Amino acid sequence: MIDFLYQLLLTFDATLRVATPLILCAMAGIFSERSGVVDISLEGKLLMGAFSAAAVTSVTGSPWIGLLAAIGASVFMSMLHGFACITHKGDQVVSGLAINILASGLTVVIGIALFHQGGQTPSLFGDQRFRKLELWFTDTFDAIPLFGTIYRELISGHSILTYAALLAVPLASLVLYRTRFGLRLRAVGEVPEAVDSAGISVSWLRYRALIVGGVLCGIAGAYLSISHGANFVREMSAGKGYIALAAVIFGNWRPVRALLACLLFGFLDAATPRLQGFEFPLIGEIPSQLMLAAPYIITVLLLAGFIGKPSPPAAIGQPYDK
Amino acid sequence: MSATPPLPRWADLVLLPLINLAAALFVCGVIVWFIGENPFDALAVMFKGAFYLFPDSLGYTLYYTTNFIFTGLAVGIAFHAMMFNIGGEGQAYVAGLGAAAAGLVVAPYVPAIVAIPISVATAALFGAAWAFIPGYLQAKRDSHIVITTIMFNFLATALMVWLLAGPMIQPGQQSPQSSLIAASAFLPTMKDMLALVGIEIAASPLNLAFIIALLAMLVYYILVWKTRLGYEIRAVGKSQEAAKYAGINVPRVIIITLAISGAFAGLLATNEILGVNHRAVLNFTAGYGFTGIAVALMGRNHPIGIFLAALLFGALIQGGSELDFEFKTITREMVLLIQGMIILFSGALAYMFNPPLARFLARVLPGKGGNDD
Repeated sequence: MIDFLYQLLLTFDATLRVATPLILCAMAGIFSERSGVVDISLEGKLLMGAFSAAAVTSVTGSPWIGLLAAIGASVFMSMLHGFACITHKGDQVVSGLAINILASGLTVVIGIALFHQGGQTPSLFGDQRFRKLELWFTDTFDAIPLFGTIYRELISGHSILTYAALLAVPLASLVLYRTRFGLRLRAVGEVPEAVDSAGISVSWLRYRALIVGGVLCGIAGAYLSISHGANFVREMSAGKGYIALAAVIFGNWRPVRALLACLLFGFLDAATPRLQGFEFPLIGEIPSQLMLAAPYIITVLLLAGFIGKPSPPAAIGQPYDK
Repeated sequence: MSATPPLPRWADLVLLPLINLAAALFVCGVIVWFIGENPFDALAVMFKGAFYLFPDSLGYTLYYTTNFIFTGLAVGIAFHAMMFNIGGEGQAYVAGLGAAAAGLVVAPYVPAIVAIPISVATAALFGAAWAFIPGYLQAKRDSHIVITTIMFNFLATALMVWLLAGPMIQPGQQSPQSSLIAASAFLPTMKDMLALVGIEIAASPLNLAFIIALLAMLVYYILVWKTRLGYEIRAVGKSQEAAKYAGINVPRVIIITLAISGAFAGLLATNEILGVNHRAVLNFTAGYGFTGIAVALMGRNHPIGIFLAALLFGALIQGGSELDFEFKTITREMVLLIQGMIILFSGALAYMFNPPLARFLARVLPGKGGNDD
């Protein structure tokens, strides 16, 4: 029993690690989509962020400069998305797709040109990465049974970027629901005409939403390559941007619900290797592929209205024409 | 801003796509130059590699072109109904299951003349089925087709990995792939077919699927412009409201369009599974489904345009593989970059050059624009 609880605790711990990039990307997706811009380019921004973080860190030796580079690269991709579908009113899905494919190509082409390692970046060591932080009192709390273990394994011992991701959720809620910028941002995703007739620039609001999204995706990318991992590997985003998009939909475009969706998807991911060969009563072993596919199945069912009713922003996907 | 004069039809169909292509290649050229290679050399290597460097170069190019024709047609037909099928990748993947299943179960008992049509039809049917579900969910349950088809791509991957590593794995083998299909379901190679009429060409993967692709283009043309269904598809694409008032059953048309789209994507499996691999393998779709979007965008959803765009991308893939041998710092991944740029310029930024070009043409072509003086 104790062993099972300890395993569960470790699974929760792994859940947080897996969910970190999902949470950051999901918040990015919420900002962008709430302003009316479809964002399937989360994946590409995540990948660009991961590459830039690892590449710049391996050259400069500082993860903080790497983080800044990741944010810069990801925001640049965001601005490209904005230039295409806000300024030139291009199709948002096509633009997002272009960015994803561009990111796949750019990261490898530049990676090979710079490092000659088949698209990887050199491995980072020691302080070149954001490592696990041991929070205060971890040793003191060890004396307390149960809580001490939970504190050490689950609450303490994560990358600073994981804490940033968890902080991003209440911040996103606060900005979206308690600030003038958030009010306008939500309005521009529902009735852009109203925002426009109030004398506020629809384009500039959407650009700002995309910048916020770019920053968040950049942090997520840095987490992948210089915190969770120790270098950049080709295609290391591996569909996480799309899972985050699924979490945005599953969370009905709301930060806290999207966080819960990310944790759920992260938990499924973290539990998969631990359930290999485990026989459930009545149903037997669950194929790991089914576990990995679960987020997509759940999202399809949700979108089809079989679980609750999704309510996307009214003006999503439509370029604003005066 | 002053009103933009309308762009002449020939400029819209020919000049604008070429300008967009040139812009995409220009940006890629700048990137190549930036990483220290000569972009013109790279272009020359790719052109040679795609068409005449080796006797089989052109065969390979047309073999890749075949895949792009199928996925381009798939995206194109859906675009006519203003539906965005981003799931060609998954539909083709699942169609590979259909092709292999027919080749494993039916083909051993029948001659090629029966086995090939059945296997091709099964591939198309499986592709159609995988697109039918998102089509149904869009038409009846109001799920957004883009998101659903993205999800179905991932579901297809999960399904195929599970099947090929589990129930369908070749007995006694470790690698995730099915057993070899019966030889009667193999599509004959172009070399063998042309040898029958006395023409000698170099051996390449090019096979009967290329002919199937040309036929599919013809079917596409007739379907979209010469049939009642095609008219309904285009009417739904212009305005769902208007189509509804004209008595068209809009949900039905959407579902059928998506199923046809999936069938076109599914035919990719005839080239890859029946023509080349001869068994179900992992990841044989290799991004062709996504590139199909670029093909349809560049080809303006017309079969001739789709063929030309598919040829361009086929040449890029084949020529791009030569980059690996000729340069130290640029590799075939350069092609991904070019694809991304083409989708950006001829898709998302399609009309960036439209107003300036239209104004320029109105000035230099006297009497055509009319509103200059």
